[in-house]
Amino acid sequence: MAKFFAITIIVIAIASAIPIVRHTWDPPANISTHGALIDEQTSETMAEAGISFVVSQILLALFIWKFSNPRPGDKIKTFPGGAKAMVWAGFLLVGTEVLALGIFGVKAWAEVYFTPPAADAIPVQVQAGQFAFYFRYPGPDGKFGPAHPELINEGTQNFFGLDTDHDADSKDDIVTAEMAIPINKEIHLLMHTKDLGHSFYVPALRVHQDFVPGLDLSLHFTATKIGKYEIVCSQLCGLGHYNMKAYLEVMSQEDYDSWLKKQAALQ
Amino acid sequence: MKKTQYSKFAAILSMLVLVGLGALCLNQTVSAAAEGSIAGTVKFSGTAPHMRGIDMSKDPYCVKQHENSPVNLENIVVGSDGGLQNVVLYISDGLTGNEATAVPSTQPTFDQKGCQYIPHVLAMDADQKFQVISSDQTTHNIHPLPNAMTGNIPWNKSQPPGAPPIVTSWKTPEMISVKCNIHPWMHGYFAVVKGPYATSDKSGAYTIHGVPPGSYTVTAWQEELGTQTAKVTVAAGKPGSADFTFKGK
Repeated sequence: MAKFFAITIIVIAIASAIPIVRHTWDPPANISTHGALIDEQTSETMAEAGISFVVSQILLALFIWKFSNPRPGDKIKTFPGGAKAMVWAGFLLVGTEVLALGIFGVKAWAEVYFTPPAADAIPVQVQAGQFAFYFRYPGPDGKFGPAHPELINEGTQNFFGLDTDHDADSKDDIVTAEMAIPINKEIHLLMHTKDLGHSFYVPALRVHQDFVPGLDLSLHFTATKIGKYEIVCSQLCGLGHYNMKAYLEVMSQEDYDSWLKKQAALQ
Repeated sequence: MKKTQYSKFAAILSMLVLVGLGALCLNQTVSAAAEGSIAGTVKFSGTAPHMRGIDMSKDPYCVKQHENSPVNLENIVVGSDGGLQNVVLYISDGLTGNEATAVPSTQPTFDQKGCQYIPHVLAMDADQKFQVISSDQTTHNIHPLPNAMTGNIPWNKSQPPGAPPIVTSWKTPEMISVKCNIHPWMHGYFAVVKGPYATSDKSGAYTIHGVPPGSYTVTAWQEELGTQTAKVTVAAGKPGSADFTFKGK
């Protein structure tokens, strides 16, 4: 029985490693400037964690194979140095691994979170709410008008609570249901949620950031490939969560300019 | 023996009288309902407010339905001749007897078509059955938001393509806003009233049928512009008339 169990463990460990090694479920091709670093970090993490996983499973199987049927009179062997030494050894092993991943990952993390966006980055505001994303562009004046939460009204499509009668900066703001951006231009994404926790996840962009109620968060990225990509919410946010999505369209500069004009006319 | 025969005869006679009286009553209501009505027009004065275009990009199916005909909000719909559409007209005072309590047997329909509510405002009588259907090949969610203190119970149901109609009713008169949790631009109203009602058409014209002779107060309700009232008298063979004009903000 013990031998059968040991073999089962090895079979499961190897079978689960096959699709990872063969890249069966790879994410969509990266379309951002920072994505390559993230991909590198992901594969390093996968390799480190994967090797540790397979090795530990093989060790587990070996121990079961060898020590599961002790004969009467066999002495119980302990880890050299006892339990305390074993905990320390485990701690050091896992700690080194996590620390190493952290050090390797600093560059990818810093690129996204510690570097400020370029001065000429295009600001786009995204607002999450049950169960849709809405986007706001500042218009020709380059300024977002203030948002008045008490004026938010889906019935009149005032999703951001803008007071265009009184706020000069709000008058030319453009509110859209899809996000269009020009190719090879840095985007400064300003994120806030109108109700509860949501997430802004664009797999192809390698951008995945939670919305936190009460916090204004920001991200910056540059898309390098024209196309239409899905933006999805990845935080379970209620009954309609499965349907909370929007589209990101990466366009040429000319297409983007005419799209913006068309959207301005719809306001 | 004789006594029992008498009582039998009396019983049959009183039943006959009762049936006759009942028939008479019914007959009266029917004829009154058929003859009386209140008609008129609802107009909008001033410049019609700008209605925002609707961006449906969240759902490619909805975008496809309006590829060649962009849609705008329907909160205030003004016709070319100034007629105001989607105004609900009902009798807020003066109804007595049957007309106040009778519930129409017709079943109004609230359709979800092209990711819009058709009609935008659905008027109905309290306790009158109405149905919610979907003509779209995308899932909709119908979420009416009544004030629970009125006795109307809020609900929230999904209707995938091909789902059976939702047939239900409201208990108490109330203007109930309806939304779709999947398509945030979808907004409409269930206008629940007591007694005969009408909704103004594209030209702003309306006719409330089934109003017996008498003096009434007619209320016109528009979702953004509020309410207006008018005193109307309906005489036998002579329909009442009331026109309303809503001013822009």
